[in-house]
Amino acid sequence: MKNKPLPTDGQGILNNPKYRAIIFQVIALALVVFFAIYFAHNMFANIESRGITTGFSFLDNTAGFGISQTLIPYDDGTSTFLDVFIVGLLNTLLVSILGIIFASIIGLLIGVARLSTNFLVSKLALIYIETFRNIPILLQILFWYNVVLAALPGPRQSFAYLDSIFLNNRGLLLPEPIFESGSMSILIAFILAVAGVIYLTRWARKRHHDTGQEFPIFKVSIALLILAPTLVYFIAGQPVSAEYPVLKGFNFRGGLTIIPELLALLFALSIYTATYIAEAVRAGIEAVPKGQKEAAKALGLSDYVILTKVILPQALRVIIPPVINQFLNLTKNSSLATAIGYPELVTLFSGTTLNQVGQAIEIILMTMAVYLVISIVISILLNWINAKMEIKGR
Amino acid sequence: MKVTKLALLVGLTALVPTLSQAGTLEDVVKEGVLKCGVSTGIPGFSAADSKGVWQGLDVDFCKSVASAVLGDASKVKYFPLTAKERFTALQSGEIDVLSRATTWTATRDTSLGLNFAGVNYYDGQGFLVSKKLGVTSAKELDGATFCIQAGTTTELNLTDYFKSQGMEYKAVTYDTSGQTIDGFKSGRCDAVTSDRSQLAGLRIKLDDPKSAVLLPETISKEPLGPVVRQGDDAWFNIVRWTMFATIEAEELGVSSSNVDEMLKSPNPGIKRLLGVTGKTGEDLGLKNDWAYQIVKQVGNYEESYDKHVGKDSPIEIERSYNKLWNDGGLMYPMPVR
Repeated sequence: MKNKPLPTDGQGILNNPKYRAIIFQVIALALVVFFAIYFAHNMFANIESRGITTGFSFLDNTAGFGISQTLIPYDDGTSTFLDVFIVGLLNTLLVSILGIIFASIIGLLIGVARLSTNFLVSKLALIYIETFRNIPILLQILFWYNVVLAALPGPRQSFAYLDSIFLNNRGLLLPEPIFESGSMSILIAFILAVAGVIYLTRWARKRHHDTGQEFPIFKVSIALLILAPTLVYFIAGQPVSAEYPVLKGFNFRGGLTIIPELLALLFALSIYTATYIAEAVRAGIEAVPKGQKEAAKALGLSDYVILTKVILPQALRVIIPPVINQFLNLTKNSSLATAIGYPELVTLFSGTTLNQVGQAIEIILMTMAVYLVISIVISILLNWINAKMEIKGR
Repeated sequence: MKVTKLALLVGLTALVPTLSQAGTLEDVVKEGVLKCGVSTGIPGFSAADSKGVWQGLDVDFCKSVASAVLGDASKVKYFPLTAKERFTALQSGEIDVLSRATTWTATRDTSLGLNFAGVNYYDGQGFLVSKKLGVTSAKELDGATFCIQAGTTTELNLTDYFKSQGMEYKAVTYDTSGQTIDGFKSGRCDAVTSDRSQLAGLRIKLDDPKSAVLLPETISKEPLGPVVRQGDDAWFNIVRWTMFATIEAEELGVSSSNVDEMLKSPNPGIKRLLGVTGKTGEDLGLKNDWAYQIVKQVGNYEESYDKHVGKDSPIEIERSYNKLWNDGGLMYPMPVR
């Protein structure tokens, strides 16, 4: 019997599932577009009728206020709101990147400790995770800020180390390296050393593959990375000097200052996010079937080789996706710094700048766009790593 | 946290239909309550007392507007706002009037779509430092760290002052004035800088108020006053003349204790103010006893001042610039006639 076409004639296209699906999608899209246009129109009409200035020209205006931490040269008399935006953005990135690094390290250690056969170690890790995971992050930020400030003495009673490193309630003061002419050669030496290490690694891997002989690649690499720049430093006549912080009047002048707001925020974010990463690490390792480890043991592999070559490569596939989320959360949580006055994007831009300029819509949109872009970049990067780690079908 | 709140306000701006723009008076009368934006806690100006009741010079102003418009000083809903939330709250229509020790500047008056109704407190920026630093003048503050509140004219004045003096400083910027004084207490900064009146209020919050001193220098002009949205002239007039009425009442010697007797006063100025003669109230779109209600229920400017920031308050700030014009001050109410 031949397949007859579906009886659509005479009943209109509404009864055809294919067309009906398209029609509903078109209606849904039209509604979304309509509401978007309606809201946008309403917003602009309201703004105009209230006489609020619009547009992004305010970015060229002089900001005229001081910022406690700036990674680019910033002058409170001449820098513009665009500079403020960049300062805020860099401060957000700084605390996020440092936070991600520290949270990953702590998380990995705690996650492994959680699986330890040592009762004390495993329970301590459990207590750590359950305590810090269950206290709201904002409270933790405020807690660490108050602890940091309360525990540290004033500038005149600083903890000092070798008269060059100072710790007080104005922050951690370090000598600032001053690069004179000739310091480029050190950088070049370092880059050459890195290139050498990469070449050496490839060579060693090939040799291992071909002949089975091991090469102490780790020790040699470290030696190369340290020795080459040091040698050049002395050959070039020690072109790098340091500017030391000196107590003058109220505060220390000179040197590098790590402000207490950054320390407190970094502490809170790393410790909080590490709990989630630790749980992801534990879950990942536990997801590897026991038989894998037992088989590796039966082959006589060492514990180190079992962990790095058998367990971790399989565990990482489970670990990476939840960890991506935690990196994103950490970045977004950094905006809570506004509670302790760390000058990141939300404090500086959608806080102070918004108030000086008053253009809420533009400023909030720019701030939201920044977080969106940062999050998407982190996602793409880690999804790419995840894709590389996945089991390749053969 | 703050972002969500701001984003919400931005969203509100988009949602509120264009029509509800004018006619704040009608809205207030219809709802039977005045939505007044105040601070999150500036002693003497707007702060909740131990019973949770809002008190202060700025709070009294909210009450005055409610008395004039609704005939009842208690019909005010207070919206505590940080410095950086205040303008968005007013622009989006969340509040009807902003009475929050806000400095009148050209930028705010023009590009924000707002109007300042006048000045109800003449202030200037000063410095509060710890006594043990041994500083007696702001000129000795080179290299000091300051705790300041975000989104204020204070931030800008500080830069101007230190630039002009050729000195350096560091700023730690917090959200609320409470946080600035906490930062000062913990030793994060050497000094707090803000409007002198606020510093006087913050000083009494210290464990030992005598451990800190207000330096003599005043580095800026800070005319503080109530703010309304641009484009609603009727409402603007009401807010402006409410302010003048409280000062005019002081000038004419009309206070909450004698206002009923004053209704029989032969003085034509008092008669006009209290609505015995003339129809100022009607012209404003209010009842003719609008000013009577203000004085009866809230009191004149002097009463508010003395009670909250002046001699009967814990802050005890001299009236200086805020005296009446015929007493050597700047308070000069326009004639009610």
